[in-house]
Amino acid sequence: MEEHLVDWSRAQFALTAIYHFLFVPLTLGLGFIVAIMETIYVKTGSSEWKKITQFWMTLFAINFAIGVATGLIMEFEFGTNWANYSWFVGDIFGAPLAVEGILAFFMESTFFAVMFFGWNKVGKKFHLLSTWLVAIGSNLSALWILVANGWMQYPVGMTFNPDTVRNEMTNFWDVLFSPVAISKFLHTIGSGYVIAALFVVGISAYYLLKKRDVLFAKRSMIIGATFGLITSLFLTLSGDESAHQVAQHQPVKLAAMEGLYEGRTEAGIVAVGMLNPEKTLTNDAEPYIFELEAPYALSLLGYHDIDAFVPGLNDLVYGNKERGIMSVEEKMVRGKIAVAALEDYKEAKKANDEQKALEAKQILDQDMKYFGYGHIKTAEDVVPPIGLTFYAFHIMVSLGGWFLVLFSVLLYLSTKKDISRYTLILKSAVLSIPLGYIAAEAGWIVAEVGRQPWAIQDLMPVNIAATQIATTNIQISFWMFAFLFTLLLVAEIKIMLKQIKIGPDGGH
Amino acid sequence: MGFGDLELLTLQQYWWFIVSLLGGLFVFIMFVQGGQTLIDTLSENETEKTMLINSIGRKWELGFTTLVLFGGALFAAFPLFYSTSFGGAYWVWLAILFCFIIQAVSYEYRTKPNNFLGQKVYESFLKINGSLGVFLLGVAISTFFSGAEFHLNDNNFVLWDNPLRGLEALANPYNYLLGFALVFLTKISGALYFLNNIDHQPIRERAVSSIKFNMPIFLVFFVGFTAWLLLKDGYSVDPNGVVVLEQYKYLNNFLEMPIVLGMFIVGVAMVVIAVFVAVVYGFTCCIRTAGVGIVVTVTAVLLNVGYNNTAYYPSLTDLQSSLTIVNSSGSHYTLMAMSYASLMVPFVLAYIAYAWYSMDRVKITKEEIEAPDAHNY
Repeated sequence: MEEHLVDWSRAQFALTAIYHFLFVPLTLGLGFIVAIMETIYVKTGSSEWKKITQFWMTLFAINFAIGVATGLIMEFEFGTNWANYSWFVGDIFGAPLAVEGILAFFMESTFFAVMFFGWNKVGKKFHLLSTWLVAIGSNLSALWILVANGWMQYPVGMTFNPDTVRNEMTNFWDVLFSPVAISKFLHTIGSGYVIAALFVVGISAYYLLKKRDVLFAKRSMIIGATFGLITSLFLTLSGDESAHQVAQHQPVKLAAMEGLYEGRTEAGIVAVGMLNPEKTLTNDAEPYIFELEAPYALSLLGYHDIDAFVPGLNDLVYGNKERGIMSVEEKMVRGKIAVAALEDYKEAKKANDEQKALEAKQILDQDMKYFGYGHIKTAEDVVPPIGLTFYAFHIMVSLGGWFLVLFSVLLYLSTKKDISRYTLILKSAVLSIPLGYIAAEAGWIVAEVGRQPWAIQDLMPVNIAATQIATTNIQISFWMFAFLFTLLLVAEIKIMLKQIKIGPDGGH
Repeated sequence: MGFGDLELLTLQQYWWFIVSLLGGLFVFIMFVQGGQTLIDTLSENETEKTMLINSIGRKWELGFTTLVLFGGALFAAFPLFYSTSFGGAYWVWLAILFCFIIQAVSYEYRTKPNNFLGQKVYESFLKINGSLGVFLLGVAISTFFSGAEFHLNDNNFVLWDNPLRGLEALANPYNYLLGFALVFLTKISGALYFLNNIDHQPIRERAVSSIKFNMPIFLVFFVGFTAWLLLKDGYSVDPNGVVVLEQYKYLNNFLEMPIVLGMFIVGVAMVVIAVFVAVVYGFTCCIRTAGVGIVVTVTAVLLNVGYNNTAYYPSLTDLQSSLTIVNSSGSHYTLMAMSYASLMVPFVLAYIAYAWYSMDRVKITKEEIEAPDAHNY
C-alpha cells in the first residue's frame, strides 16, 4: 500500500480525533459540575444557584454540539479511512460501538432536550434527574469507545478465524474488563473532569479579576476547585495505573515515553530533559542533551518495584537474551510464518484439502500473536516517533502536577481567605484553561502516536489497516475537514467568549 | 432458551430486523430534516421562524443518535457491509457526513451573539442538511437495490472499481427516485410534526398548505421507486451461496413474505390516511400515525432486500462479491452478545417516549418563545 496514503489517512484521523478531543473532555466534566450545581439549587431553592446552573449549562450546550458532530465523523472514519481494519476487527470493535449507541447516546440526547428546554415544562426533580442522566450518558459513551480503543492497545477476548480472515470475539467480558480498557477509561474521563474544573475556576477567576458577578464567581470557584482537586488526585492515580499497563503490554511505548534506549534496573524518570536529535537506535550518541532525573521512578511507575528492569528500545528491537526479550527480527520471522500459513490455509480450503488446511491452521495458531510482524518491513519500524512521544508525555505529567497545586491553592483561598485579593493566582487560573486542553491532547499523543505503527497492537500495522484508495481523495477530504473543523472551532470560541462576557445575567 | 441457543442464521435475521427497524426510525426522525427545509415557507417573521426551529431543534440529537446507532449496529452486526460501503463509496458517505456536521452546530449557534458566520449561514446549513443530506442518504440506500461497483479480495478487503468512489451512484437515474421520495416524505412529516407541536394557527395553516403541495410530488417519486423495485431484476442467493440474477426478485420477495408485504401496505396506508385526515379534517395528531407508517414501510422495504436469500448490497462488477446477511455478518458469539444488549431497546424507547411526552404536552407558543428567560435556539 502507498506510504503517502497511510500517512494521509493517519493525519486525517488524527485531525478529527484532536478536534473531537477539544470538545468532548469539557462535556464529560462540565456535565457533572452542572449537575452538582443544580442539586444544590434543588436542595436550597436559591435563585442564585439556579442562575449559576443555567449559566454553566449554556456554555455546556455551546460545546456539546461540535463534540457530537466530530464524534459522528470519527465513527464513520473507521470505515472510510480504515476499511481493512474495520473488517479485521469489526466483530469485536463494532459491539462496544453498538452498545454505546443503545445505552449511552440515547440517554444523553433524550435528556439533553429536557435539561435545556424543560425548566418550565417538567418538575424540578425530573429536570434534575435529566441533568444527571446527561452527565452519566456522556460518560457512558466515553466508556464504550475507550473499551474499543483499549482493545486496540491490548487485544483480548478473541480468536482469529482464518475462514473469515478476521478476529472474532469469544469473551465480551474480557474485552469490557480488560485492565488496559479500564485504566484508559478512568484516565481519560479524569482528564475531562480536570479540564472542566479548570474551565470553571478560570472563568470564575476572570469575573473576580473584573470585580463583577462576585458572588456567582466565588460559589462557582468553590465547586470548580473542589471538583478539580478531587479529580486531579484521581487523575494521578489513574495515570499511575495507565503507565503500569503500558509497561506490561506496550513496553516500546514506555521506552519511547522516556527516551530510554538501553534498559536498566532502578530506572529513573526524566523530570526535565531534552532529547539529543542525533541519537538513533544504532549509534552511540548520548540520548539527552541534558536531563534531570527522579531516581527509581520509572521502575516504580512501570512495575511497582524500584529495582525492576525497564527494557530500553535497543532491548526491545534487537532483543535481550539475558532478560528473555525476543528481537523484532525473530518476531518478524514468526509473523511471516503466520501470514504464509494463512495463505496456505486458504489455498487448502479452496482445494478442499482438509488435512493440509488443518496443518496450516496449527502453524497459524502457534504464531498468530506475531501475525502483524509479518507485515513489518524492518525491525526499526516498530519504534514510534520518540521525540513526539517523549515531549508529549512530559508535558502531560508536568501540567498534571501544576493542576494539583493550582486546585489546592484555589480551594484553600476560596474557603479560608478572600480569594478576590489574590490576583496572581486568579490570573494563573485564567491562563490554565488552555493548559488543560494541551495536557489532554498530549495524553492522546502519548497513547496513539506511542503505539505506532500498530492499528492493533502486534496484529495489524496501519499500512495494512488503511482503505485502498487514491491518496488524492484523502488529501482533498483532509483539507475539507481541516477547513470545516477550524471554522466551527473559531465560531465556538467566539460564541463562548461572548457568552462569558455577557455573564450569568444574560446567559440563556 | 437464550440467544446463545439460536442458530447463526436466526441471529443474522434478528439483527437484520433490528437494522431495518433502526432504518425506519431514522427515516421517521428525519422529520427534523424535512422541517428544516420548511422554516422559510412556514414563517412570516422572526418569531415564527424561531418557533419552528425550536420545535424541531429539540429533537435533532435523536436523529444524530439514530444515525450513529444505525452505523454502529451495521458495524457490529454486518461488519463486511461497514468496511465495504464506507471504505468503498467514500465520497457519498463523506458528503452525507458533511451535511450532518453542519446541522449539529446550527441550532445552538444560530442566534447566539457574536456567532461569526451569521444567522443566515446557519439557516442555510439547516436547509442543506434537510435537502441534500436526505437526498444523498436516499441515493445511498437505493444502492441496496441498484448495486455498486466493488469486489472483495480473498481477505475480504474491499477494492472499489469506479474512481468516483460512490458518486457514480448519482449517474443512475433510478437512485434519484428514492432520494427525492425521501426529501418530500420528510417535508411532509416535518409539517405534520409542526401541526402537532406548535400551537399557532398561522403556522398550522401554512403547514397544511405545504403538505398539500408536497404530497403529490412525494407520491410520484414513491410510486416510481416502488414500480422500479417491483419490476426490476434482483440479486438472489442459491443454497450454495452463489449469487444469481432473478427476474422480479423484490416482487417475489414480497409475495413470498406476506407479512412483509402486509407491513409495506399497512405502512403506506397509514401515511396516506394520516395526511388525508390532517389535510381534510384538520387533525393535529397525525404525526403519530404517519410516524408509525413510515417506520413500518421503511422496515418492510429493508426486510425485503435482506431476507429471503437476497443479496442486500449487490456488486455490479463481481456478482459473487455481493453482500448477504449471511456472508457479511458478525460471528455467532458477537451477534448473541449484542442481542442481549438489544433487550435494552424497549427500555430506551420507553424513556424516550416519556421524555418526549413530558416535553410536548405543553405545545410551543409565541409567548414561550418570547419569554425573557427562554433558552431558545
